[in-house]
Amino acid sequence: MAITTRGFGGRRAPAEKPLPPGQFLTEDFPVLSAGPTPNVDEAHWQFSVHTESGEVRRWDWAALMAMPVEDVTTDIHCVTRWSRFDTQWRGVSVDAFFEDVESEAEFVMVHSYGGYTTNLPLEDLLDGKAWITFEHGGEPLAPLHGGPVRLIVPHLYFWKSAKWVRGFVMQEHEEPGFWEQNGYHLYGDPWLEQRYA
Amino acid sequence: MALDGNALAGPLAGIYAFDVTTARARCAHCGVVARLARALVFASAMGIVARCRACEEVLLTVVERPDGTSVSARGLAWLRP
Ligand SMILES: [Zn+2]
Repeated sequence: MAITTRGFGGRRAPAEKPLPPGQFLTEDFPVLSAGPTPNVDEAHWQFSVHTESGEVRRWDWAALMAMPVEDVTTDIHCVTRWSRFDTQWRGVSVDAFFEDVESEAEFVMVHSYGGYTTNLPLEDLLDGKAWITFEHGGEPLAPLHGGPVRLIVPHLYFWKSAKWVRGFVMQEHEEPGFWEQNGYHLYGDPWLEQRYA
Repeated sequence: MALDGNALAGPLAGIYAFDVTTARARCAHCGVVARLARALVFASAMGIVARCRACEEVLLTVVERPDGTSVSARGLAWLRP
């Protein structure tokens, strides 16, 4: 016979999810822009992976739509101290893009329309840790939030989740991207509070 | 959303001994010479990014760090008061 007890209180307070150090919770989605919002429509959007051997693998919008799509609910943490819980994204795991890519390089420079760059170790993009997304909150991704297509790497500070993503360039050595060249941390782990270099 | 170069005056006041907004600068990307006040400035909580009005490439970034203000000016060929 199974006995369940409800405890003296009868009702338990909802488990509080921890926030990374120095962060506060918001319901807003503040926009950070280092430049003009690029206008890229789906018909002209392309994504490419450039390997160290000079090979280039390309995907257009139709190819993206033919890939296995996942719905992702995840917390995001911006280096400017806001965090949001349970944000919803729809997109394709970065793993799917690397199925046909041969590379020994351990680092990636992410490039965006408009010229933005950010650097990551390849392993932080693989094994279900990063997505190439085209919907947020059930809506097509707005240009201001990085549409038509944005990289999402939720376990690192949100500047690594490049808006208007257009490609990966494989690198044997880690080079700093845009904010990383300008005083921000090369890796950016919110749980270790790696804000500045 | 973009401001003009006058938005640089406050953040850079403690960095350069002259008024940066009346200073002239040459864009390292396209070679255009203009007053910094003419720059396109994007001010966000991560930092301030000043872009050339002619080619929209980055001239200057300003990041407020806990240990002080960090200015990167690699997009400037030169800056003259
Ligand atoms: Zn220029």
